Amino acid sequence: MQKLLAMNGDQAIAYAWKQIDPDVVAAYPITPQTIIVEAFSEYVADGHVTTEYVCTESEHSAMSVCVGASAAGARTATATASAGLAFMWEMLYIAASMRLPIVMAVANRALSGPINIHCDHSDSMGGRDAGWVQVYGENAQEAYDNTIMAFRIAEHLNVRLPVMTCLDGFITSHSLENMSLLPDDVVKKFVGDFKPIRPLLDVSEPTSYGPFDSPEYYFEHKYQQVRAMEDAFPVIEEVQKEFAEISGRSYDLIEPYRADDADYIVMAAGSTAGTLRQVVDELRAEGKKVGSLKLRLFRPFPAKEIAKILEGKKGVAVMDRAISFGASGPTFPEVRSAMFDSPSKPNIVDYVYGLGGRDVGVDDIKVVFSQLMKGESKTINYLGVRI
Amino acid sequence: MAESDKKYNEYPIGGMITERGSARRYKTGDWRSRRPEVDKEKCIDCLFCWIFCPDNSVLVEDEKMKGFRYSHCKGCGICATECPKKAITMKEEGA
Amino acid sequence: MKELSHKPAKLTEGHRLCAGCAEPIIVRQVLMATDKPIVVANATGCFEVSTSVYPFTAWDVPWIHSAFENAAATISGVESTYRALQRKGKMKQEMRFIAFGGDGGTYDIGLQALSGAIERGHNFMYVCFNNEAYMNTGIQRSSATMRGASTTTCPTGLCSPGKKEYPKDMTKIIIAHDIPYAAQASPHNWKDLVDKAAKGFEIGGPAFLNVISPCPRGWRHESAQTVEISKLAVETCMWPLYEFERGTWRLTGESKRIAEGKKEKRPMTDWFKAQGRFRQLLTDKWTTVAQEIQANVDKKWESLQNFCKV
Repeated sequence: MQKLLAMNGDQAIAYAWKQIDPDVVAAYPITPQTIIVEAFSEYVADGHVTTEYVCTESEHSAMSVCVGASAAGARTATATASAGLAFMWEMLYIAASMRLPIVMAVANRALSGPINIHCDHSDSMGGRDAGWVQVYGENAQEAYDNTIMAFRIAEHLNVRLPVMTCLDGFITSHSLENMSLLPDDVVKKFVGDFKPIRPLLDVSEPTSYGPFDSPEYYFEHKYQQVRAMEDAFPVIEEVQKEFAEISGRSYDLIEPYRADDADYIVMAAGSTAGTLRQVVDELRAEGKKVGSLKLRLFRPFPAKEIAKILEGKKGVAVMDRAISFGASGPTFPEVRSAMFDSPSKPNIVDYVYGLGGRDVGVDDIKVVFSQLMKGESKTINYLGVRI
Repeated sequence: MAESDKKYNEYPIGGMITERGSARRYKTGDWRSRRPEVDKEKCIDCLFCWIFCPDNSVLVEDEKMKGFRYSHCKGCGICATECPKKAITMKEEGA
Repeated sequence: MKELSHKPAKLTEGHRLCAGCAEPIIVRQVLMATDKPIVVANATGCFEVSTSVYPFTAWDVPWIHSAFENAAATISGVESTYRALQRKGKMKQEMRFIAFGGDGGTYDIGLQALSGAIERGHNFMYVCFNNEAYMNTGIQRSSATMRGASTTTCPTGLCSPGKKEYPKDMTKIIIAHDIPYAAQASPHNWKDLVDKAAKGFEIGGPAFLNVISPCPRGWRHESAQTVEISKLAVETCMWPLYEFERGTWRLTGESKRIAEGKKEKRPMTDWFKAQGRFRQLLTDKWTTVAQEIQANVDKKWESLQNFCKV
């Protein structure tokens, strides 16, 4: 019997951690993730969890403690955002290379400078090459659900990769929603017991972690990660299916909305996907054949699934809440690449939007559809900036 | 098959080295240009040579200095310098 | 010594450290100071790289290297897991946790993580090999490098003898955390080092052991002289042997005897003469620098004696 409670995205994640009771949580506060660590601190202070909770002195150390803890045999979780993610950047690669199933929530926030505490995806997008599975949640419910599923995905023997669950800073992290919370025993049963691989604390089988690789070995170690990412697809789908059975909420790698007979599709990740659906409904009511595509999984990139949905469409606008300066938004080239071999490719354009928390509303998205349908879009467009 | 000929899936994941102390198989004795030799008449089994050897290459059995692990001794000469009885001398390797 | 000789080797032969490197001497001694099962974390540096060249590991105990600046944070994670599992009743045996780092990974880039780990009170010992430069990357200056030393980023040249600044007193910085146990040691005095390491392992909280680590390559001396040079570091009072144990400062070994007047304090010129990196300080051009360094060493030695109430 699921509990109905009002929570914001950050609180929901802390609540999920409470139910899972990780062995070690090491984190450093940064807006807009602070509520996660604060809420969890209260659970620790009240004795609701047995977690060894480490308030590190920086994010780099937070991820380092997670790496040491996970390698030692602990189920480990953390959270960060923006500059914090940037600070632990080298450790993201190391955690993934050591195949440690660490779960991290990222409350998406713009990178400095100038310093800005509001939502955009530049932080997690900046870490997209590091080897983490990356999932984007649209709302607090998804933030909660993604966190629970993340442990199963990370810890699966065919994957053994760290998982990043992203939620929009402030928009999702700080807004109250009605949440359906699973019972404690259901969550515990779903994540199961943590099975470490060759933990450091097992002195009978001493392992050396983090060796020096010459060019003769590095590439093979990296290819192992490549294959683990490929093997993550069926695992994620399996976990999502199982989760649907316990929660009644079905998730997919990408979620098309009224896309089947649509001629024009707009894609987005995060909370914008919700606004997008409202726009689609309004335009459909006017008779326009439009649809949307919510991107949930970014790494590994679901190219095949995207290609299947977008095949034969007339126009696709990819909304990117981040920019790779000198190129385009990060999702755009990946979508275009996914479509390159398709027999009938739509016109695909990029809309960079919402940087630094610039609000994007129904009217803004209507502009996207309008330009797309009229063929007025440039290849790369900037939505909502005063040009 | 040489270790470096294996395919990607024949190595443990995560770069882990699962064979404890596998460095023993790497013979650093090849580095040497001079080798230590001990005169057991002068040796008092103080074991200074053993505690100061960077390469675990002074052999001790039953608290007695038994010789050198020439497979790994790099010929640094610390043992000869530290021996209080000058029982160890460094000789040119291959002489 | 005889007892120690029975202990199994936790660090094996076959590592790639230079012939005559002090680091493995130090590690062998430190690891003899406990019989409890251990986990080792290692900062990036000569020691880490040379003991873990894939697929060879010189470690017969669990070992982890993650990055350069975070040995203290990494071992904090391992120790946290141990605490968590103990609390859950899943871990019955007593274990000890140790982190190794060079002066690079400790004084400079690793200072933050070390400070944090100590402040949080993790039960671990951090051992710093102080070879007074970033040796692994090619002998570049660190904040531990002595003034006047020639390194590749402060080489001796026409306008400068070498490093301009005096070294940071890292041991005192750590003591300022009110750490339960901190000490300076040298591999030549193996008994002092092993005793200190044993204390560090059993103090029941964070411990810091700062060990002078001569580098034949970077300091420019014969590989056979490593242990003698570490002794000279102590005899010149450039690297005094002392410990800070639950608030009490105490000189040990040769330093104690020098303070008591029972052993002669050697001049810094002996220190400069023994190593090629200080050769320039023996020339007329840089005599003033040499004298200033002597005065600085003397002042610090006086001050330390006051702390130890000698």
